[in-house]
Amino acid sequence: MADKLIPTPSQTVGPFFHLGMARPEWADLTALHPAGEKIQIEGRVIDGDGAAVPDAIIEVWQANAAGRYNHPEDRQEDKPIDPHFRGFGRVATDAEGRWRVVTIKPGPVPGRGNTLQAPHINVVLFARGLLIHLHTRIYFADEPANTTDPLLASIEDEAARRSLLARRAADADPALYQFDIVLQGEGETAFLDI
Amino acid sequence: MTSDPVPFARPRPGTQPPYRYPDYQSTAKRAPKRAPIRLEHTLSEVTGPTFADRWAGPDATDLTTQHKGAPLGERIIVEGRVLDEDGRPVAGTLIELWQCNAAGRYHHPVDQHDAPLDPNFTGAGQMVSGADGGYRFLTIKPGAYPWRNTPNAWRPAHIHLGVFGPGFATRLVTQMYFPGDPLLAYDPIFQSTADAAARERLISRYDPDLSEAEWALGYRFDLVLRGRAATPADPG
Repeated sequence: MADKLIPTPSQTVGPFFHLGMARPEWADLTALHPAGEKIQIEGRVIDGDGAAVPDAIIEVWQANAAGRYNHPEDRQEDKPIDPHFRGFGRVATDAEGRWRVVTIKPGPVPGRGNTLQAPHINVVLFARGLLIHLHTRIYFADEPANTTDPLLASIEDEAARRSLLARRAADADPALYQFDIVLQGEGETAFLDI
Repeated sequence: MTSDPVPFARPRPGTQPPYRYPDYQSTAKRAPKRAPIRLEHTLSEVTGPTFADRWAGPDATDLTTQHKGAPLGERIIVEGRVLDEDGRPVAGTLIELWQCNAAGRYHHPVDQHDAPLDPNFTGAGQMVSGADGGYRFLTIKPGAYPWRNTPNAWRPAHIHLGVFGPGFATRLVTQMYFPGDPLLAYDPIFQSTADAAARERLISRYDPDLSEAEWALGYRFDLVLRGRAATPADPG
């Protein structure tokens, strides 16, 4: 332990992060036409006063439609790697705190101890006023596998559990899910200590 | 059946900033009130985007030649390595950099500080780390600037740096400061990390061997990411 270096502390991205981080094209993860069900996810980022957060930026990381991550540490040889799907995206909020990504619905991925995790998208959120980014996950409210997901099952508070579920909106093509991120207070999103 | 991934190490107490830090007033309405739910790392946390194949675009490491003329300010070289906490290099990962100009103004519509924009300076760069985890940018030293956290508050000169590392759990966005800056003592963003040795990690080191004669000052800054909580078992 004594030999270890201290990891660099996080510092806020501040209000001017667009200069180094804005990549509007990264909000569409389907540019290369990956396999799977194309979906849109949109939402707002809201602060403790219920006000829009216009200076937040969200990154998403997910498995492909078969449930495999495009990463060397995912060695699920029984599932294909999709060469057309990288699995990473980024989107900044607009003046009303809104964001939207276009992607494909991920497949289920293994959890710890030979469990299976329901399809989910991993999220980090940066903003002015956040000294260190927040982690959360987007699950899909209409997904039957949610009932056996280890993380969802571990959350006793029903409102907190529900905060991780993106709701499918009627009549949209591609399918549209809604997922608001509430930083603080009533309806606060369940954030994760990663 | 796949074996459980080796998790990344958790930060030691006080070595990362908190969400709520009253001296930095913008945390008041943005810090969650509930404690985050501890999640043991799965494949979802230990994997993350990879950049070695350069899909994120070409390296842009010289911020002084992005326009017709030379930007105003002290030319500096910022060089370092991306390492994990065990000192192992993190190769092939994306580093993103942004900063204000020498007068303390960002090339950004939200920045209305009464200081001149420099038509020869944008202040953004990126590169993928080398096999030894190394990176290097040529830029100009950013200026200090006022902000409205408290009356007459000034941010110390800093460069924003983002890096991904091997997994989504290693994601880091930080700020690099300069040695001897008197504003550091008054800056709540810098001071938000309780551990003094961890704060030192945020201050670059002037390196005369990195400076280039008649050309640029050299500052060294390593980016240290979380390492593994345990050494992965030898697959052999």
